[in-house]
Amino acid sequence: MGSITLKKVSKVFGEAKVIPSIDLEIHDGEFVVFVGPSGCGKSTLLRLIAGLEDVSGGQILIDGKDVTENAPAQRGLAMVFQSYALYPHMSVRKNIAFPLKMAKMEQSKIDKKVEDAAKVLNLTDYLERRPGQLSGGQRQRVAIGRAIVREPSAFLFDEPLSNLDAALRGTMRLEISELHQQLKTTMVYVTHDQVEAMTMADKIVVLNRGNIEQVGSPLELYNTPRNLFVAGFIGSPRMNLIEGAYAQSKGAKTTGIRPEHLGISRDSGLWTGTITVAEHLGSDTFLHINSEVGTVNVRTNGELGYHHGDKVFLTPDENKLHRFDDKGLRL
Amino acid sequence: MATQNTKTLARLMMAPSVIALLVWMVIPLSMTLYYSFQNYNLLTPQNVSFGGFFNYQYFYTDPAFFTAIWNTLILVVGVLAITVIGGIAIGLLLDQPIFGQGIVRILVISPFFVMPPVAALIWKNMIMHPSYGVLADIAKFFGLQPVDWFAQYPLFSVIVIVAWQWLPFATLILLTALQSLDGEQKEAAEMDGANFVNRFIYLTLPHLSRAITVVILIQTIFLLGIYAEILVTTNGGPGYASTNLTFLIYRTARLGYDVGGGAAGGIIAVVLANIVAIFLMRAVGKNLDK
Amino acid sequence: MARKTTTQTKIVWTVIAWVVALVIFFPILYAVITSFKTEPEAIDGFSLIPSGTFENYITVQTQRDYFKPFMNSVVLSIGSTILALIFAIPAAWAMAFAPTRRTKDILMWMLSTKMMPAVAVLLPIYILFRNFGLLDTRIGLTIMLTLINLPIVVWMLYTYFREIPGEILEAARMDGASLWKEIVYVLTPMAVPGIASTLLLNIILAWNEAFWTIQLSTTNAAPLTAFIASFSSPQGLFWAKLSAASTMAIAPILILGWFSQKQLVRGLTFGAVK
Repeated sequence: MGSITLKKVSKVFGEAKVIPSIDLEIHDGEFVVFVGPSGCGKSTLLRLIAGLEDVSGGQILIDGKDVTENAPAQRGLAMVFQSYALYPHMSVRKNIAFPLKMAKMEQSKIDKKVEDAAKVLNLTDYLERRPGQLSGGQRQRVAIGRAIVREPSAFLFDEPLSNLDAALRGTMRLEISELHQQLKTTMVYVTHDQVEAMTMADKIVVLNRGNIEQVGSPLELYNTPRNLFVAGFIGSPRMNLIEGAYAQSKGAKTTGIRPEHLGISRDSGLWTGTITVAEHLGSDTFLHINSEVGTVNVRTNGELGYHHGDKVFLTPDENKLHRFDDKGLRL
Repeated sequence: MATQNTKTLARLMMAPSVIALLVWMVIPLSMTLYYSFQNYNLLTPQNVSFGGFFNYQYFYTDPAFFTAIWNTLILVVGVLAITVIGGIAIGLLLDQPIFGQGIVRILVISPFFVMPPVAALIWKNMIMHPSYGVLADIAKFFGLQPVDWFAQYPLFSVIVIVAWQWLPFATLILLTALQSLDGEQKEAAEMDGANFVNRFIYLTLPHLSRAITVVILIQTIFLLGIYAEILVTTNGGPGYASTNLTFLIYRTARLGYDVGGGAAGGIIAVVLANIVAIFLMRAVGKNLDK
Repeated sequence: MARKTTTQTKIVWTVIAWVVALVIFFPILYAVITSFKTEPEAIDGFSLIPSGTFENYITVQTQRDYFKPFMNSVVLSIGSTILALIFAIPAAWAMAFAPTRRTKDILMWMLSTKMMPAVAVLLPIYILFRNFGLLDTRIGLTIMLTLINLPIVVWMLYTYFREIPGEILEAARMDGASLWKEIVYVLTPMAVPGIASTLLLNIILAWNEAFWTIQLSTTNAAPLTAFIASFSSPQGLFWAKLSAASTMAIAPILILGWFSQKQLVRGLTFGAVK
């Protein structure tokens, strides 16, 4: 019902090849997240799928049908924009009803659908208000409501939570995930925040400079990153990358060990080091350590009482060691 | 953001305006250029002949021509001086906390909305008139001889009228720019030990420099073409004392029916205006990039 | 500026500001006052208190048919503004929402046409108008006023359109709106304040235009600018009546102007000052 296929899709802006060539399968009902640093092409890719930009090459198929030449409205998709893009001169009701009005639906049917959507999103009390009178979270919901009533084959989200404060972001993340469980419609979600990606996605697409670095489930990306880029991008704080003699002894150019997989002790261990900064969050403590293999981050239990200036020993968990060759690919 | 079909549509939507302005520019201007090389007088329309650079030469040798150019210069510089300095002063004044800010602003901007003929007539008959004008009444009150402004100081009188009309424009622009000066910057300067004069010289004036440039350039464009004020008050006289280039060309063309001469004068005016326009384009163009 | 603005300082500034403002406004004020005097009163020395007669306003209409040039001014300013908007709205839409690399150049070129000195084309226009029978006609003058103000109208609409977030129009597109519906249901309602401001400013500029309206009209199509200019020679003393005519000529625009200060700054500085 909502499968999307990209075949050799490319996009050129003037001289710049923003997306060289992308092949991607999105299955019906999946929650797919496009993630990557600024300028990696994730928003562009989303807009190509939406039809707001023309592809420079390749094909886009929705449910097996070639929609590459189709206008946005004919693709059966709905989009939630970063700035919500609500119509400021229309009430919430009219905003949500707008796509149905464009589809020339009967007014009574429109009213019913709008009210249903409002109920799902807790907007029933706000139907007559204007966007200017709503809070950020409420506006976000109206934008989602406008998308839901179209009963699209897939929802497209373009960094929808970037404009919200941290607390609200957490709540809305949950709401969107719950929505997905409820509607079971395909969702394609763009974000630069890897925490959002990890927590919401069935499948993550990591993009860098217009190329797909890796596609996989969150845990796949966490446990078996295919290259240095993915290894460094997924996981917070970043994976520690260690080269030199140690890496060579493991038969690789670079080895990687995540902060949570580094054992720390006052008595003994593989490497020595001094704590430069200790960040105490209560539940965890993040330690920045100047060690013999370079600057290293360690994440440890909050109650162990490590402080700035302490001399410590570090031992990596060999089972969780990642090895990369001189091209940055996983060994 | 635009897809292929919107691009063609966009071109179609711009076309009428572009074509209209193109026609408006090209056709009359080329006609002027053509006429400037002709001996053509509307009183003897059958006697048209090629005149070469005769018309330009005529202008060049006409003493009135240089008087007109000089007058144009004085007019523009005079009005600019009054409006810029006055504009800054009044702008600073209105930036202070005062009761009835709104009404004061309305009073100050009013002259700009008075049409030039009315402005000129009010000043000529009610203020500057040597027998019945307000200035004459004031002079008589002090036992002085009233000044016949338009006879004795014609160009100056015109400058006063035009400056009165444009002072609100300069004030408004400069006030807007003043109020956009970051309050925190002023506080930082205060903490750095700068008094009011220092703050004005080192902080305010540089910040205003952009607005001042804009005021000068835009006003100059309009001031080069002052017409109605001269027509209604002095008619360019006495002699050519208050004739600017625009008025001279008008006289040559409409009152003298000299199409050739008028056209040559017109071309000269275009050259003058282009020089100003180049500077303006640079300033505005920089802003379009924002 | 200073934190502790004492009421004393405020009063001082207030007095200075009011004095300056009244001096600047004085000529207008005096004209209005004089319009309510009788002719003998008007020339009888300086007086701020008129006798409050309306005879001048009536005489100006009955003796000089003030109504005709007044209506001409109205028709010309509103007509040329509407005509300009018809040309400018699509053009500004195209430039704001479908810009190309040439868009900026085209816009600058349009503005440059406004800087062409009117005298340079005075004769060709006069001759053309004469040959096409457009001299002293409302249509002719409307066309002129439209052309000279078109660059400013396009420019102002362009800046207002650019402030409409593109994403909202994209959302409309995704919601299934055709281009026409996008313009009608989303763009225009959001652009109405901007269009109104542009309309206001253009009416003011057209009403006050005092070159072409004088050159290209004689009796029939002469608007107020030409009408009042014709009183420049002091035949007979009729200052009270002149004041009445002047007051009526400037009153509508003064009031419009009071409400359009922001538009003025935006429109006439071509956005260079915000």
